[in-house]
Parts: sequence; C-alpha cells; structure tokens
Amino acid sequence: MPDLGSRHLSVVSVTNLVEITELNFGYGSRLVLKGINLTVRKGSLVAIMGLSGCGKTTLLRLIGGQLQAHEGSVMVAGQYLNNMSQSDLYALRRRLGMMFQFGALFTDLSVYDNVAFQMHEHTSLSESVIRDLTLMKLNAVGLRGVQSLMPSELSGGMARRVALARATALDPELILYDEPFAGLDPISLGVIGQLIRRLNDALGATSILVTHDVQESLKIVDYVYFVSEGVIVAQGTPEQIRASTLPFVHQFIWGEADGPMPFHYPAKTMANDLGLREA
Amino acid sequence: MVLESTLRNIRLVGDGTLKIVERIGATVVFLGLTLTQSATSFRRFDLVIREIFYAGVQSLIIILVSGLFVGMVLGLQGHETLQNYGSEQSVGVLVALSLVRELGPVVAALLFASRAGSAITAEIGLMKATEQLSAMEMMAINPMARVVAPRFWGGVISMPLLAMLFSAMGIIGGFLVAVVLIGVDDGAFWSQMQAAVDFRHDIANGIIKSLVFGIAVSAIATFEGYEASPTAEGVSGATTRTVVSSSLAILALDLVLTAFMLKGWS
Amino acid sequence: MERSTLNLWVGIFVLLGFFAFLVLAFKVGNLSAGGSGQTYTLVANFDNIGQLKERAPVRSAGVLVGRVKSVRFDPIHYTAEVRMAIDTQFKFPKDTSASVLTSGILGEQYIGLEAGGDDQMLKDGDQIKLVQGAVVLERLIGQFLFNKAQDSSTAKGAQK
Repeated sequence: MPDLGSRHLSVVSVTNLVEITELNFGYGSRLVLKGINLTVRKGSLVAIMGLSGCGKTTLLRLIGGQLQAHEGSVMVAGQYLNNMSQSDLYALRRRLGMMFQFGALFTDLSVYDNVAFQMHEHTSLSESVIRDLTLMKLNAVGLRGVQSLMPSELSGGMARRVALARATALDPELILYDEPFAGLDPISLGVIGQLIRRLNDALGATSILVTHDVQESLKIVDYVYFVSEGVIVAQGTPEQIRASTLPFVHQFIWGEADGPMPFHYPAKTMANDLGLREA
Repeated sequence: MVLESTLRNIRLVGDGTLKIVERIGATVVFLGLTLTQSATSFRRFDLVIREIFYAGVQSLIIILVSGLFVGMVLGLQGHETLQNYGSEQSVGVLVALSLVRELGPVVAALLFASRAGSAITAEIGLMKATEQLSAMEMMAINPMARVVAPRFWGGVISMPLLAMLFSAMGIIGGFLVAVVLIGVDDGAFWSQMQAAVDFRHDIANGIIKSLVFGIAVSAIATFEGYEASPTAEGVSGATTRTVVSSSLAILALDLVLTAFMLKGWS
Repeated sequence: MERSTLNLWVGIFVLLGFFAFLVLAFKVGNLSAGGSGQTYTLVANFDNIGQLKERAPVRSAGVLVGRVKSVRFDPIHYTAEVRMAIDTQFKFPKDTSASVLTSGILGEQYIGLEAGGDDQMLKDGDQIKLVQGAVVLERLIGQFLFNKAQDSSTAKGAQK
C-alpha cells in the first residue's frame, strides 16, 4: 500500500496502474463506498461486479476523476486524483478512454466524426491521417461500413461497438467500461466481450470493467472484485470466484433468487401488514 | 390556527422568492462561466456557424411570417384609429416606431425563446441525460467550451439579425396594408416615417435591446439544459422553464431598458 | 448537414439581416437625411421655451439643420438655456437669430434659425444673442382680450 505522503512512489507503482486505498465516498451523509482497497495491474483486465446500486459505477467515476474521494486516495498512472487541478486532470484523462453505459455517442455527429472527435479536438494531425486512423479504429470493431451513418441509425450492439472504437481512438493506457453489456442480445454481448479483451491486449492497455453480467465477464477478465453495499466482499481470479463458497458470491454467480441478498425488502411481518395480528 | 396558516403562506412566499433569486443568480454565474470558456468558440468559429444555423436560420420562417402579420395588423389598427384624427398618413410613423422600438425586439425574442431557446435546452439536456456531456469530460474536453459556448454565441449573434428582419418585414406588412390596400399616400407614408424615426434613438436602441434579449435567452436556455436533471421528465421540465423564464426575462428587461433609453443614458 | 450547405444558409441569413439593417437605417430611419452626422453646438437663452423638448428639430428656412441637444434652466439669468447640435455642413453668421416656433396650431415646437448678414460665422459653443421665446397662447389670448376691452372703452370714451 502506498504511503499518502510520498509521491515518488509512482516509480514503484508503475506495475499497478490504478491503486485505491482506504477509500470512503458518499452522497450527502449517506456513505456509498466504505474502505475500498483495490489495485489494477498494468495490462490486466479487471471486473468490478455487484448488484445494481451497490456503488460500482460511483467507483468508476472516482477512478475517472469525475468524483472526488472524501477519505483515502485514488491513484491513476502514478498520480493522485485528490485535489488535482482541472488542467492536470484533463492532461491525465487524455491517457484514459471510457465507454459509457449506452455508448453515449454524440447524436449530432456521424459515426466517423464520433470516432475522430478526440483526434480533431486534441491533435493537429492532418485530415488524411485522421481519416486513416479513424477507419482503422472502425475496422477493428468491424464497422468500417457504417462510417457515414448517424448514431440514431445504429442498432444497440453497433452503437456499443462504435463507442468502443471511440474510447480507444487515442490508444489510451487505461480503458474504463461502464456496463458494456447492458441491454445487449447474446450475440452482440459475446462480440463486445471478445472485442474488449482483444483491444486490451492489442493496445497493451489496462481495462476496468464495471458490470453485473457474470457469465460473460468471467470468460474474459483476469481478476474480479465483488462489491456489495459499498464494501468489497470478495476478490480473485475467475477460477477462484467460480469455486467460491461465499454465500453472496454463490448467489450472485448462479443467479439465485434468495440468499444473503434477501428477496424481500426489510419490512414488518406479512401478518402485521395484513392486520392479522396487533403490532 | 389562522395565525399558523398565515405564517405558513408567508413562509411559502419567502421560499419562492428565494428560489427565484437563487435561480437568477445561478444563471448569471453560468453566463460568466460561459464567457470565460468562449475562447474555443472564436478560435473555431465553424462551431458557432453551425449553431447560428440551428438557432437563427431555422427560426427565419416563423420570424418573417410573424413580422409580416404583426405589421399588417398594426397598419390596419393604426389606420382605423388615426383616421378619427384625420392623420391617417402618420400610420407609417406608428407602424415603424412601434416595431423598431418595441415589437421588433420583444416579439422576435419571444418567438426566438420558444423556437430556438427550447431547442437548445432540449438538445443540451438530452446530451446530459445520455451521458454525452460526461463522455466529453472524460475525453478531457470541457463541455462548457465545446457545447455550451458555441450555442450561446450562436443565439447572441442570431437574435439582433432576427429582430431587424422582424421589424423590416413588419414595416413592409404595414406598407402593404396602409398604402397598397387602403390607399394612404405613398410619399407621405415614407417621408413622415423618416422624419419621425431617429437612427440612434429608435433603431440603434432597438438593436441594443435585441442584443440584450439574445444574451438573456441564450444564457437561460443553455443554463436550463446544462442543469436539467438527466431524465426525460427533467429535460421536458427544463424546456418549459426555458420558455417561461425567457419570456419573463425579456419583458422585465424590456421595461428596464426602455426606462433607461427614454430617461437615462441617451 | 454538409458544412458547405450550412455555411451557405448562414451566409444568406447574415446578408438578409444586414439588408434589413440597411432598410431600417436608410428607408425607415433618418440616417440618409442625417448628413455627415458630425455636429457643432450652439447655445441660446430664451425667456420662455414653451413645450420645447430635447431632440426637437432645429430648422432654418424650414429645412432641418440640427436638433436640440439639451434644455436646462439657467439659475443666474432665470432663463432657459438651450443647446443645439447643428450639422457641421451648415454655418451661420454671428448675428443669426433663434426663435421658438410651432409647426401648425397644435403641432410640435421647434427652433427656427434666421441668418443675419455678418461675415463672421458662429463657432462651436457660441451663444446666439438675438432670441425670441415661445409665444404662450394664454398670454396671447389675454393680451387680445385686454386690447379689445381697451379698444371698446376708448371707443366709448370717444362717443361721449
């Protein structure tokens, strides 16, 4: 665990691209994340899993610097995100790629302009170079043919692939995926899963995947963190997770209706609510 | 009991007032933020041109048609009233002054708020709801500079042009009704108008008004879009608020500006 | 939409707006009649200016040559000090007279300038010495009635 005070540790932590130490975060007085410790090794593909609303998207936003930790530290690529200036944060984000839940493609730009967006904004490359790079990125996700379409003309799976091409447009060191599998049919889901793995390895990048899709993610990731009610309850390689005997992990992986995560929201007894017995 | 409910009502009034003041303050702060992020808009003016198209060119038809009709009605009504005093030749003066000083800037701004302002709010609100603004931020691009500022300047530049077109169209409408239809003398119509309408005091002040309205409407529209809660209801509510607040802002600013222009600096 | 189409439309829009501006300025407003737009100031003190307001026309031989810039009460002489902005292309001799006149019976009031014969011209900030204030209708009627009464009384006296 890095010492908060000494920043030259960044040389050491090159092997760990992301390090989160004793992180607490809340909206208002409600703590969403409690005492999170998490490391992501360079070049690996890590999944953060949990139920909807368990705080895993919040965790991703903390890594992307869209939210600030209340206590503890978040370190990305050797830099602490706490109290980072906007310009430093923007400089760091140029080395990051992020894919949002439903793609978040710019609806007023064509597929081509979406993928070329960061090149147009951040680089002074000539249009012909940008064109070649953009077509290569689109080709990598198999969608070179739709470059002139608008995002509204794409299917959900195709939009997700375009978003993937856009997230990797500047060959980022770290790619964040927010629910990349949400709302996809099984075929698109498999395609996206394979692409995430392939792009990660081809670019030599590091990826963090936030998802609740267990089966697909376990196929592609190197390491898994399980988050429940703001705490990391389990972690390990896919094999360890599959073999886990922890009741919560078991329930989650096999999709059982009842278990440590109760089916019933806490309430008074049924008999009470129906007025069969005095309170 | 009575005291209690009275107190509660007074508290509601206070609460509402505070909310309104807070909203105005937040809009002004947002406007300041937009201005500080405007460098990109002028370095890459094609971004603004695009927004002039969506805000200005697409409002052209409604502005031109409304201007023509308003001018025609002014011509009819003015002629009807002025006839009683035997000065129907002054109808040109009446049409021109009411349009250039008041109706041009105000009505054009009201139409602009409901046509272009609501569209700006809805667009930015939807970009927020679909995480496009977050995506932009994660690409190290400030949405204030890339999305908000060009739309703001597009609106600010479009508004005076639209207001002038509205006035010019209205005067043509008044001319059609008074001269062509009713038969007021052509020469008297124009010469009386020219004698009465002063460039600086009437036309220039009208343009200043429309510029101020343009700033107000664009600031409100971008603010409401940017601050909309990222849901379908949030965006539709923000769109409604844009039209309502812009209209109120236009009318209130018009009163202040008119008072100053008649008494104050000029 | 293609960028070139977009630019074309915006270009048309801006040109239309500019054209509307020209129409307003020259056809509707008085920019064309405003001459060079450069003015110099003349001052005149009237004992009474009636309803004269700022921006009232200043005419000479019926032609607009300037406008009233300000009207102020002069507390030393107890008169109304009127400053006029006169178009620089019109020069007036030193002995020009100014009077407050009314167009028509109930029309607006304006200042009429009548040129004299001096070879020296009035310069910026100069004072016009020969002035004639507004005719106050009440006083005029009063005078008329008074004269009538006097006439009839002298006539009666003559009869006796």
